Amino acid sequence: MSREGWINLAVLALLAGVPLAAHAAGEPFLVTLATKVAILGLAGVGLNLALGLGGLVSFGHAAFFGLGGYATGVLASHALNYEPLMTEPFALEGTTQMLIIWPVAIVLSGLAALAIGALSLRTSGIFFIMITLAFAQMIYYFAISWPAYGGEDGLSIYVRSEFPGLDTLSPLPFFGLVFALLLLALGLSHILSRSRFGLALQAARQNEARVRAVGIGPYRVRLVAFVISGMITGLAGALFADLNRFVSPAMLDWHTSGQLIVLVILGGVGRLFGPVAGAGLYILLEHNLGHFTEFWQLPFGLLLLAVVLFAPGGLIGVLAGRKRHG
Amino acid sequence: MAEPALAVSGLRKAFGALVATDGVTLDLRPGEIHALIGPNGAGKSTLIKQMTGELKQDAGEIRLRGAEITFLSPEARSRRGLARSFQVSSLASEFTALQNVVLAVAGARGEAFGFLRPALKDRALVEPARAALARVGLDGRAGIRAADLSHGERRSLEVACALALQPVAFLLDEPMAGMGHEGSLRLTGLLDGLRAEAPILLVEHDMDAVFALADRISVLVYGKVIATGSADEIRRDPEVRAAYLGDEE
Repeated sequence: MSREGWINLAVLALLAGVPLAAHAAGEPFLVTLATKVAILGLAGVGLNLALGLGGLVSFGHAAFFGLGGYATGVLASHALNYEPLMTEPFALEGTTQMLIIWPVAIVLSGLAALAIGALSLRTSGIFFIMITLAFAQMIYYFAISWPAYGGEDGLSIYVRSEFPGLDTLSPLPFFGLVFALLLLALGLSHILSRSRFGLALQAARQNEARVRAVGIGPYRVRLVAFVISGMITGLAGALFADLNRFVSPAMLDWHTSGQLIVLVILGGVGRLFGPVAGAGLYILLEHNLGHFTEFWQLPFGLLLLAVVLFAPGGLIGVLAGRKRHG
Repeated sequence: MAEPALAVSGLRKAFGALVATDGVTLDLRPGEIHALIGPNGAGKSTLIKQMTGELKQDAGEIRLRGAEITFLSPEARSRRGLARSFQVSSLASEFTALQNVVLAVAGARGEAFGFLRPALKDRALVEPARAALARVGLDGRAGIRAADLSHGERRSLEVACALALQPVAFLLDEPMAGMGHEGSLRLTGLLDGLRAEAPILLVEHDMDAVFALADRISVLVYGKVIATGSADEIRRDPEVRAAYLGDEE
């Protein structure tokens, strides 16, 4: 196994080990913190498909994260109020079943990614960044101004959604669920990156003319990548809402998009485990720097600057060396 | 006469008052190397870009093996078998030589949306890719990143990618550019054999290579083809000598 392979394994072991140890030591808060790392890591794995493999700097992934969150929140609120979402042309009930909520979140954010991607992928560079940002902000302001689901105040979810055979309300099983989904997403991401599609996507990032010259249209390849990317981030959003038992427009805010980009950069852009390592580092820093000073973003910003300037491969890059293809 | 592999007729492109391509008609017949020469600014690049689809022509049509491709996108033309190399090397520079060619094989077969099997473990992709690399003499360099290859090797790699498309016609834009004498000779030998696969439209400044390789030569001056003929005919043509070759003798 390559050095990066061992490091990836260590990252996984750490992420799985901390909550197990914390649970044994009776520290449920640490389990919750690790769950947050896994969920943000999952969202980052999604973003990394577009950002890392495709070179698509999406500043609008909060849209998918937030839509996933609202999928959980809206379905749960209807289920708890015994109020169908709609009665015409067919009755649609709310639900608190994760196995229904997840596909809804994935499809919803996938459709949003299809619409946003179809338009914004016609541009590139700074325009792409700005247009993805604009679309996400549109959804953000829509969520704020639509009173039915809490508007600006957000929506509380009184009971965490259910999964057959698991007590999702206790921290450890919920973490296990999130961890399993993270593993699935990592596996998918790994398979995609080595496939024909992944080859075309990465080639399109490096040289668009080359891709066209071998008969591949970069637009379609990127659009498919953007949709898959949005779906994974949307699933993470659904889990995040369940973790906090609360969803608000803040999940859709551009800060969230920025946060996702930051954690991918911290961990290593385009590295399979970059987002997971980055999410861990992010939460660790947020939590610990926050102890020292209210203004923890300042030293954090300096660190980010240092990573961008001196360690473009992020944490994984520092540990495993330059990325190898093939 | 056999149907031409590539035929352009009445192609015209103007940038404002400058007519860069002025009613160009030429064809590429099976088995031949057709060289396109002309002084700097004659409109060779503009003409090539219209053939590859990077530029839209104002008028005229382009046919690939009889089928009109005038309005197709560059990638659609590549898929139909118009293989090209770039004036300035244009590769996926972080990829290895092998990955670049595997990409070409997958692209030519319209398999860019394969999501599951690892491309580099798929013999159906890797074997033709290795064969193309061997053909251009890069078999020993398959695992080297394109960015780390020498200039000459990158030029050869582009030819390997074009070859991997199993094309109907090659469009090679100054493949010898920036190559040393030895490299040029080697590439000349390679192109000489390549015409058996598919005919080559060769834009080239290296006159030794052009006269050694070309079955026919077309001379482009101010956007117009002023002469087409064999190497000897072109050498003797007074108009060509005045416009172009004259200042070399």
